Amino acid sequence: MNMPHNNITKTLIEKFPADVIESHEAYGDTTVIVKKGRITDILRFLKEEIQPSFEMLIDLCGVDYLQWKDSARFEVVYHLLSLKTHDRVRVRAPLSEEDPTIDSVSPLWKAADWYEREVFDMFGIIFHRHPNLKRILMFEGFEGHPLRKDYPAEKRQQIPTAEIDLLHLSLQNRHFSETDHLPTRSMILNIGPSHPAMHGALRYQVELDGETIHRAVAEIGYLHRAFEKHSESSTYTQVIPYTDRLNYLSSMMNNVGFAHAVEKILGVEIPPRAKMIRVIVCELSRIMDHLVCLAAAFVDLGALTNFWYFFDAREKIYDCTEKLAGARLTTNYTRIGGVWRDISPDIITGIHKAFKVLDKAILDVSRLLERNRIFIDRTRNVGIISKEDAVSYGYTGPCLRACGVPYDIRKDQPYYDYDRFDFDVPVGSRGDVNDRLMVRFEEMRQSAKIIQQALTRLPPGPIMIEDPKIALPAKSNVYGSIEGLMNHFMIVTQGICPPKGEVYSATEAANGELGFYIVSDGGPRPYRVRCRPPCFPLTASSERLVEGGMIADLIAIVGSLNIVVGELDR
Amino acid sequence: MGLDNLLAGNAITLKLKEAVAWARKYSLWPMPYGTACCAIEFMGVVAPYFDISRFGAELVRFSPRQSDLLMVMGTINYKQAPILKRIYDQMCHPKWVIAMGACATSGGFYNNYSVLQGIDEIVPVDVYIPGCPPRPEGILNALVKLQEKITQEARKDV
Ligand code: SF4
Repeated sequence: MNMPHNNITKTLIEKFPADVIESHEAYGDTTVIVKKGRITDILRFLKEEIQPSFEMLIDLCGVDYLQWKDSARFEVVYHLLSLKTHDRVRVRAPLSEEDPTIDSVSPLWKAADWYEREVFDMFGIIFHRHPNLKRILMFEGFEGHPLRKDYPAEKRQQIPTAEIDLLHLSLQNRHFSETDHLPTRSMILNIGPSHPAMHGALRYQVELDGETIHRAVAEIGYLHRAFEKHSESSTYTQVIPYTDRLNYLSSMMNNVGFAHAVEKILGVEIPPRAKMIRVIVCELSRIMDHLVCLAAAFVDLGALTNFWYFFDAREKIYDCTEKLAGARLTTNYTRIGGVWRDISPDIITGIHKAFKVLDKAILDVSRLLERNRIFIDRTRNVGIISKEDAVSYGYTGPCLRACGVPYDIRKDQPYYDYDRFDFDVPVGSRGDVNDRLMVRFEEMRQSAKIIQQALTRLPPGPIMIEDPKIALPAKSNVYGSIEGLMNHFMIVTQGICPPKGEVYSATEAANGELGFYIVSDGGPRPYRVRCRPPCFPLTASSERLVEGGMIADLIAIVGSLNIVVGELDR
Repeated sequence: MGLDNLLAGNAITLKLKEAVAWARKYSLWPMPYGTACCAIEFMGVVAPYFDISRFGAELVRFSPRQSDLLMVMGTINYKQAPILKRIYDQMCHPKWVIAMGACATSGGFYNNYSVLQGIDEIVPVDVYIPGCPPRPEGILNALVKLQEKITQEARKDV
């Protein structure tokens, strides 16, 4: 089926006639299936030679097709993005069970390093010429690969006792190309995971020359909760509560991201009012997320007062989410096909009230900090990352924009009519800690602006689609008609069944691009759900960002990246 | 306790213990072991609106040596577990543990290869807080419960 579907696939087939197995276009996604042998050449071609060039490796993941007939056992899936035209392409490389190996693409993108480690950890796929192929989420000594279909979800393994030694993590494992020598004897320092600035579940080990960090290595996986494994045994609706707990600072936005992906594969459009409500809750979540990120970063820098100011504002927004969804933090508010409950005038008043407090808080904090000498000294020109590196690492969201790349999915690939709102995308120029924090400041103002517009434009109408295969019928219908009862019964017992296929959908979450890659086998449970967590690439880059800086800078840098471990480790 | 030895066997001992317990329960120094979502609710509790300092436990310490209340907030997985154990072991007596939320209590809805099914598999727990996450009031309630327990403990062991 070598039918070119657009220019990209056409050029690719012309260039690699023997290597492209198949290409197709479905649900708006372009997919190319290629032989694994020349994967590096193919991806290099896409990255460097083709027009438009796909300079970003947005995601890299594995899939185990054990239960699919006529299919190779494994697949490595690459999602590429062009920053110029915002085109996307998915490249899939099937691997056989006997030989689950493929070349590493880490020479092409820095992002590939950690992504490939995760695929190795979870699926046991070997990446040739990878600089440091070891486990990343699970502990050393773990047997098997948990995301393989034949690994039972509840098979536990105790951590080997040797691992209890906290300092086992060896800096020697840190792949390091330069061979420089320290003038003095270095000191190894362990930071985290139980450390106030490490957000509970992140760990660095640094080699210090005096107070300067010479080398650093990050260790993650301390909050791996098997989101992706759970998704495979839950119905699509049951996955939503798990998504709450990915980025728990802005849970509503994760719900929306996931529902958006499922709706994409179902091919349904939600009603205008539901769209508008989703915009409102997403932007509220963005504000809440930035409030915590900034508040925590300021506390870590010693500016405690700002924490009180910001949390006061957050508390007021909590009141609104609580009225709307019945919960403060883990809201579980979005449904596939719409939202759970309608927004009432009461809530709208609440939001306006909350904004008064928020405006005051933002004003107070910016007065305290914006021109504060200590704050500027600690953040300006600290933890700089260049545009090129940021793109290579797969940065998205505020951290990418702080480097001066104005990529924002709400503007560039608008969903939910974001293009009809009047808002600006703040960008930085230096890509340092200060820029990253200040971009978030401005984003809060812009989000508030979007919400104000959305509230005035809130259209009347239903908040759920009416498709009986997707939405639960109204209670009056369930009790009042046999048809309603049947529909209710079918959805509850059978679940929602999207057609067989795969989609990747991206939404702009507080931390950047939140992507969901869903493979459906046509049943009520997803065959595979891959979450592309926006802070995974950020954390991957942090090892390099902190090197050369002072140890206190590490705290500032980690704070500015907003590493939310729930979504990092999933 | 030096004081205990000093006054051992004396009739005042019992009362002194109670007095000490009274002092302790209103000056708990929590060590927040926050790993996940629950920790965010704890941030709400220390913030002005819920204000944990009304209960005398606002002085959070991230050093196990300086704290007497270990608050485990969030999911603990097998990679994290040995660290939690070590932190607990490093704390000086007397010490208490609060397990906040479904995850710390029982693994919550993460019944899988990675997550420890309740921290009581590795450390003793004094108070469990239900919820996912518990509301801030729940945390404050747990604190009051713990204070009661501290009083009762002092009354019990002579
Ligand atoms: S109990 Fe719920 S809110 Fe708390 S850490 Fe577990 S999943 Fe998160």
